[in-house]
Amino acid sequence: MDVIMSKNNSEYLIKRKDNVYEVVIGLEVHAQVTSNSKLFSSSSTKFGAEPNTQVSLVDAAFPGMLPVINEYCVKQAIKTGIGLKAKINNKSVFDRKNYFYADLPQGYQISQYKYPIVGEGNVILDMSEGQKQVGIERLHLEQDAGKSIHDVDPSNTLVDLNRSGVALMEIVSKPDLRSPDEVNAYIKKLRSIMRYLGTCDGNMQEGSLRADVNVSVRLKGSTDLGTRCEIKNVNSIKFMQMAIIYEANRQVDLIEEGEEIDQETRLFDTKKNETRSMRSKEDAHDYRYFPDPDLLPLEITDKFIDQIKSEIPELPDDKKKRFIDDFKVSSYEATILVSDIDTAKYFEEVVAKMGKNRDMKLAVNWITGELFAVLNNKNIEIAQSPISAKNLAKLINLIKNGTISGKIAKTIFELMLDGDIDPQIIVEEKGLKQQSDPKALEALIDKIINDNREKAIEYKQGKEKLFGFFVGQAMKASSGKANPQLINEILKKKL
Amino acid sequence: MTEITSLGLFELIKNIKEKKISSNEVAKSFVDRSEKSKKLNVYVTENFENCLKLSKDFDNKPNFDLKLPGIPIAVKDLFCTNEVRTTAGSNILNNFVPSYESTVTQNIWNEGGILLGKLNCDEFAMGSSNETSFFGNVQNPIAKDLVPGGSSGGSSSALAANLTPITIGTDTGGSIRQPASFTGTVGLKPTYGSCSRYGIVAFASSLDQAGPMSKDVKDSSILLEVISSFDKKDSTSIDFKRNNYSSELTRNIKGIKIGIPKEYRVDGMPEEIEKLWKKGIEYAKDCGAEIIDISLPHTSYALPTYYIVAPAEASSNLARYDGVKYGLRSSGQNLVDMYEKTRSEGFGEEVKRRIMIGTYVLSSGYYDAYYLKAQKVRQLIKQDFDQAYNKVDAILTPSTPSSAFKIGEKSNDPVSMYLNDIFTVPVNLAGLPGISIPAGTDKNNYPLGLQIIGKPFDEQTVLNIAYSMEEKINYKNNITDWWM
Repeated sequence: MDVIMSKNNSEYLIKRKDNVYEVVIGLEVHAQVTSNSKLFSSSSTKFGAEPNTQVSLVDAAFPGMLPVINEYCVKQAIKTGIGLKAKINNKSVFDRKNYFYADLPQGYQISQYKYPIVGEGNVILDMSEGQKQVGIERLHLEQDAGKSIHDVDPSNTLVDLNRSGVALMEIVSKPDLRSPDEVNAYIKKLRSIMRYLGTCDGNMQEGSLRADVNVSVRLKGSTDLGTRCEIKNVNSIKFMQMAIIYEANRQVDLIEEGEEIDQETRLFDTKKNETRSMRSKEDAHDYRYFPDPDLLPLEITDKFIDQIKSEIPELPDDKKKRFIDDFKVSSYEATILVSDIDTAKYFEEVVAKMGKNRDMKLAVNWITGELFAVLNNKNIEIAQSPISAKNLAKLINLIKNGTISGKIAKTIFELMLDGDIDPQIIVEEKGLKQQSDPKALEALIDKIINDNREKAIEYKQGKEKLFGFFVGQAMKASSGKANPQLINEILKKKL
Repeated sequence: MTEITSLGLFELIKNIKEKKISSNEVAKSFVDRSEKSKKLNVYVTENFENCLKLSKDFDNKPNFDLKLPGIPIAVKDLFCTNEVRTTAGSNILNNFVPSYESTVTQNIWNEGGILLGKLNCDEFAMGSSNETSFFGNVQNPIAKDLVPGGSSGGSSSALAANLTPITIGTDTGGSIRQPASFTGTVGLKPTYGSCSRYGIVAFASSLDQAGPMSKDVKDSSILLEVISSFDKKDSTSIDFKRNNYSSELTRNIKGIKIGIPKEYRVDGMPEEIEKLWKKGIEYAKDCGAEIIDISLPHTSYALPTYYIVAPAEASSNLARYDGVKYGLRSSGQNLVDMYEKTRSEGFGEEVKRRIMIGTYVLSSGYYDAYYLKAQKVRQLIKQDFDQAYNKVDAILTPSTPSSAFKIGEKSNDPVSMYLNDIFTVPVNLAGLPGISIPAGTDKNNYPLGLQIIGKPFDEQTVLNIAYSMEEKINYKNNITDWWM
């Protein structure tokens, strides 16, 4: 594959002969609203329940049943809209999107078509080249469908309506994304914002976040948009990236062969790593959208919006700025620390517990280094961290005030994992306190020099490498507890 | 003493409260007469045994504070009734037994009413003669082989034949008022949003409204008081202050301004309708009302508008009858085949016609020309009424352009059938209250009705005008029990 490996993560270029193409991507993200009950009924939305145990008469579309809007879901959508710096529309309308499918009980999905609840906004991506703004076209509320299960019964399709009627936010981006890396950053940023707001848990394994990916290609430098294909319902960032790469190259190949690209809906086959045509534009459904006569237009007062605004927590962009300003961490470090709300919370707690004589550099390094490594190994979230922020702060303070060395700290850290043990206790019980008494260390070093006279002479004659040998001996003799800085100083003086 | 079944609701309540008759006696009388009246084909599902049992329960532990103390009531089979089959007159719901109760019927049971049975109607309330029902034609007790009107044809027939003391229907384009007019009874369509649509099988959501059908105006006012309620389960239900319609009912309508819309004088309208209308105007004057000529300029667009909006909503509302979850399921090779067979066998011709019309007018490329335009015209029709109501308190028109016709006479001519609704449809489009009261007969002695249309939420004025005109008109049905 002739892909120009650009160092720039913000572009993905494909080269064929003399032509260089860029890829243009827009996403329609379906985010499940965090809410105990569904968009138009009081059924539970809890994940993982037995099939068809969370289905009301409304969800199963029994005769004469009527939808009643869940105010909480509306609030959640508005909150998300505010998080996307978007315009909140005072009036929006629920429409019916009509089509037949076994897991769509009403024969239509209640969605918002012409008048969505949230209008234009934007999201800032932190790419290695700097920040990039991605436009948001709209956000609207809609019902999820049920689930058709084809692989349980050999001759029948089974239907589970637990998801039927669950509230989704469809967040439509502008075609502003240019690379798989940007898609990665965009999804992560959206998820981060929604998790900060508590409006979507962003759990892709449970299907809380899915996306339809619109892909087109064009010659680099062109400002016209190419014909796009929509890849439906991709449920992980990795698959989105794979689908984009496959699809962009497929389109470029077609163009290079002088063929036209059909505007169509495609599916991504995760096993074969390819996209396949699902239906062409000609076969596109006519959804016969019209305003749902069972629901009145949704009218939202400015007062209601202001009330929600007043409840918005500090969001990642603002938090990042504050971390840089107040804690003097780098932009890169701040981006990592704020990307997940629980990481940011953990970090802030560590900072608070470190007290006055805090060391930000140590805090950042220990969280993003040792702690992240443990979380990765155990495949757990920071919220389930085996070491509390309080005890990590204590450990950092022990390093900072010279009680232990960085090396010993790593040993203590390992011991702390077993039940979030207070590092102070470990230091005392195991006698791991650093030796910082200069007289004791001088005696220790005198003995080492005496025992290794020849080497000391070689050092004096210019074999400077041997300095490390003496440090090693001193550490060994002190079982690693000697203060390395002091050892260095004393050795330099004595040798 | 007169036969129990010939008594109206008010009289029955009075007799029961005064302990002159028991609930069980009342129930027995209506059940007996219903048993002898099978030829009318008004019941889709009988609930006689249970009704008799419940009436005994009532007598054993009576509560005379209720508004419908131990009164047996048969209802249109469009209202979902808990544990009692509800078909909407369709094969597709032939076997459907709801596990829930519509708000309107629940209100009736809460006030002591007892379900007598489920009454025949046009399939999914689509029709004006009850001929589209899967369960067959309903006979009008006025004369043999005469339609009872529709879609609440089982309701109007049962009421006129004294098989139920009162009943409820639903009215999307005239389905309460037209059958009332055809059977010499009273039918009221309340303001849209007055009665909850929860649990009523939907036809056209923005037009459907339940309402009382009765032998006289007072009875309708009693039942309206029971069934009209704000309901959070229906987002289009309106929380307005409801009157005590029956206790506030008065014949004093002196000085009330009644409008006569010139556009309702349609081409080809039979002379007897014109005459009836003129007579009605005289009656209204006699009652002390002031008559004012008004104009509702967009009237002629109401019927085409209605036949776009109603089928559009219906085509979507009926999509849920797909054989997957409940009701009829025909076997098919695959999902689409199953859908096609189920819906082909489950729906009748008229329902299919309207689903197709509705699907067409909502299709991309046609939406703007049909559905969107129809919605705009609907606004103009509403505005016509708004402007008229700056000058008048109510409007008087004929209920229908003709009297009841023979079974089969119009069933092959949908357009002529649709014309039946010409005077009633604008009221639904504007969401207004309207009542039909019997006002005379045609040359065959078939009943004819007059319609009084009110301001939104002003059912009281509509009822008061009807109540006072009713006294002057003094109409009596002449029913010979020819079917027994």
